[in-house]
Amino acid sequence: MSEHVVPIRTYVGVFLALLVLTCATVAVARLDLGEPEVAGLRLPLNVIVAITIACAKALLVILFFMHVKYSGRLVQLVVASSFVWLFILIAITMSDYVSRGWSIHPGI
Amino acid sequence: MPDAHASVLQHHFETLQQQKESSSLGMWVFIAQEVLFFGGLFATYTVYRAMYHDAFAAASHHLNVTLGAANTAVLICSSLTMAMAVHAAALGRRKQIVAWLLSTVLLGAIFLGVKVVEYREKWELHLIPGPSFSAHALHLEGDAASHAQIYYSLYFAMTGLHALHMIIGIPIILGLAVFAWKGRYGPEWSTPVEMTGLYWHFVDIVWIFLFPFLYLIH
Amino acid sequence: MTTATPATVLPGEPQLPKKHFLNADYGVWSWLLTRDHKRIALLYLASVTLMFFLGGAYAVLIRLELITPPGDLVSSETYNKLFTLHGVVMVFFFLIPAIPAVLGNFLIPLMIGARDLAFPRINLLSWYLYVIGAAFTFWTIVRGGLDTGWTFYTPYSTVFSNTNVISAALGIFIAGFSSILTGLNFIVTIHKMRAPGLTWFRLPLFVWAHYATSLIQILGTPVVAVTILLVALERVFHFGFFDPNRGGDPILFQHLFWFYSHPAVYIMILPAMGVISELVTCFSRKRIFGYSFIAMSSLAIAVLGFLVWGHHMFVSGQSVYAGMVFSALSFLVAIPSAIKVFNWTATLFRGSVSYETPMLYALGFIGLFTIGGLTGLFLAALGLDIHVTDTYFVVAHFHYIMVGSTVMAYLGGLHFWWPKITGRLYPEWWARVSAVVIFVGFNLTFFPQFVLGYLGMPRRYHFYPEEFQVLNVMSSAGASILGVGYLIPMVYLAWSMRYGKIATPNPWPATGLEWRTSSPPPTENFRETPEIDVEVYDYTVPPKEPFLA
Repeated sequence: MSEHVVPIRTYVGVFLALLVLTCATVAVARLDLGEPEVAGLRLPLNVIVAITIACAKALLVILFFMHVKYSGRLVQLVVASSFVWLFILIAITMSDYVSRGWSIHPGI
Repeated sequence: MPDAHASVLQHHFETLQQQKESSSLGMWVFIAQEVLFFGGLFATYTVYRAMYHDAFAAASHHLNVTLGAANTAVLICSSLTMAMAVHAAALGRRKQIVAWLLSTVLLGAIFLGVKVVEYREKWELHLIPGPSFSAHALHLEGDAASHAQIYYSLYFAMTGLHALHMIIGIPIILGLAVFAWKGRYGPEWSTPVEMTGLYWHFVDIVWIFLFPFLYLIH
Repeated sequence: MTTATPATVLPGEPQLPKKHFLNADYGVWSWLLTRDHKRIALLYLASVTLMFFLGGAYAVLIRLELITPPGDLVSSETYNKLFTLHGVVMVFFFLIPAIPAVLGNFLIPLMIGARDLAFPRINLLSWYLYVIGAAFTFWTIVRGGLDTGWTFYTPYSTVFSNTNVISAALGIFIAGFSSILTGLNFIVTIHKMRAPGLTWFRLPLFVWAHYATSLIQILGTPVVAVTILLVALERVFHFGFFDPNRGGDPILFQHLFWFYSHPAVYIMILPAMGVISELVTCFSRKRIFGYSFIAMSSLAIAVLGFLVWGHHMFVSGQSVYAGMVFSALSFLVAIPSAIKVFNWTATLFRGSVSYETPMLYALGFIGLFTIGGLTGLFLAALGLDIHVTDTYFVVAHFHYIMVGSTVMAYLGGLHFWWPKITGRLYPEWWARVSAVVIFVGFNLTFFPQFVLGYLGMPRRYHFYPEEFQVLNVMSSAGASILGVGYLIPMVYLAWSMRYGKIATPNPWPATGLEWRTSSPPPTENFRETPEIDVEVYDYTVPPKEPFLA
């Protein structure tokens, strides 16, 4: 564990940012951002914004409250790996569901 | 404090620094497996939300966003108080450590209290999955009703598992408060407080994702 | 146990050290509340041996039934329970824990020059969790068994089965946490407790193998744990996650289950490969060939192993495109395993090879693993898999790996380190005979099953067409020989603990830190912390002196 003592004002700043982001995610949820098509993909913007905000909040907690910003490479690797593995689970599982409807015959 | 040093260093470690680093790495590896543990539920959620988006949205609308957002704020506060407790422990400020730890417990208890209120409301509306489930309150029937039941199954499984983690964490924090009161923690040794802090922040992070996924489905 | 030194010890004959970890303390509680990784390893040795013979008993009943074509020994329902419990007990209570919890626990601190693992109390907790998980399994058996297959496929396991799914699920859930905590302990130990000078690339390959295994245990086991929990919840509360009648998808269960259970097979084989690396180098008296390639291959297997789980689901209803990707990735994951086989072979080449018992097991492993691995590739090919899926071809494939490879490596390692653990030598002649009996029995049991599977005999059936009887009889005959082969070591190993010749600290002699302390080691492992300045496999120099008092 790092011996670095994080200043209280950092904690307070992160805390306020977390509250602001919480308000933001609730506010955005009330709006309908639509699902624009970008490069042939339909992007559900509400979902993307919600996930982005949640990831930002999580990152703030991880880096500052959990001191990962001040920790060694090994701890950072452990944290990153766990999320990468979760991503592998979800992405590959979803790839099955997403591709079930695809025809295996070209042109049909 | 040479006495504290001698009693705190476990015999299989060469130095206190090695012991601290090992504790820290151990707790992080434990948290990594917790990410995957909850992750299985998040994967299940992702699949069914993609498959049954409309039923999920209808079911989600029945959740109280105000209570959910308030609970999110409560947990964020508890993360702050926990971080302050770790900070106080690193500086050896005995009374502050206890105050911050007890605040964390109080906020955790408030969170659980709100969850009890929410669960009760579900019970009254027959939204608990199982034989008593009825999608009547959601104005859904047929397939959509069973899809909504899957939503509520996930709701209870995920928030239930999360609440269980808090129920386990609270007595641990109370135990820390007792030891802190006895002067156990200071600049030389505050590792148990730090490690518990990591656990508690992790529980907060799970909720940071649960809240939008369960309460804010558009 | 090992304190009985003969009165007539001649000068120059080895003597047991005065104080070692076995006689350091007496009484049941000194064992049940121990924090010594070596004692915990022996607690595991007793438990996994018991579970191995329980799983083996089910195997005996299965092979007995399959001697004749009609299902005349037991009913279909009972037969379902036999193969289910054989699988559950063998996979979760023998193959996954055995090498890590017995050999890994005992050896890793010794191999890295540490006094114990990073978390001794968590190590003990791991054992208790294992025992509690096993107790739930015994309860399941006593209450009438389980018939879902070790794979718990839904909705049969969640809705239709009338057997003890929940108690079995709980047993596996708890045993899973035993596995997770062991992995956690190994990762932290290997990172933080290596002796001064022991850099990563000076570590024994046994340690690398267990490190890679631990990564899988941490990242994979929690997913199957939560999945099994969902199965239990669905059974109790009728949630409907995996029940098509309630909007659930049974294939989702398979995705979540196999996300762990495929990497789980690497949990079962990587430690075995670690053992083989140690045996091959010692009994070729030669530095292992391609050390860094073997080390990196272990990590590659751990990582790639997480990307291939869909090859268990080719015919499940999974999308064809997903199947194609999983098939291609499955070919990729074979490469690091093949690299290891090439490296072991290259180590043997021009080595000074001797055929002590551990080496017989290691040579058997290399051959049988090659067959098992190659047939895995056949199964990874989509078109071929359609033909042989759910047949005895698959059964033969995984038994070549799990029994022909892992169990042989476990026995080889047990024999190799037996003098270190007990301070006694086992009787070499009996041990070599057993190794040969096991090899012959194993091949007679499982090779016919490749043919049976290719000819179309399905797995999990207790009756079969007449024309398959000859091969089935061969297989059952082989099983009886294999059973005898497993029983003989139980007898002579137990015998040796009291009457075996006393071993020197390094009887082979082998390189490695564990051989530089007494046999058995003292509780604290080494009198003083060793310092390392050379790589571990240098067989060109005479063995170093032990660190004895």
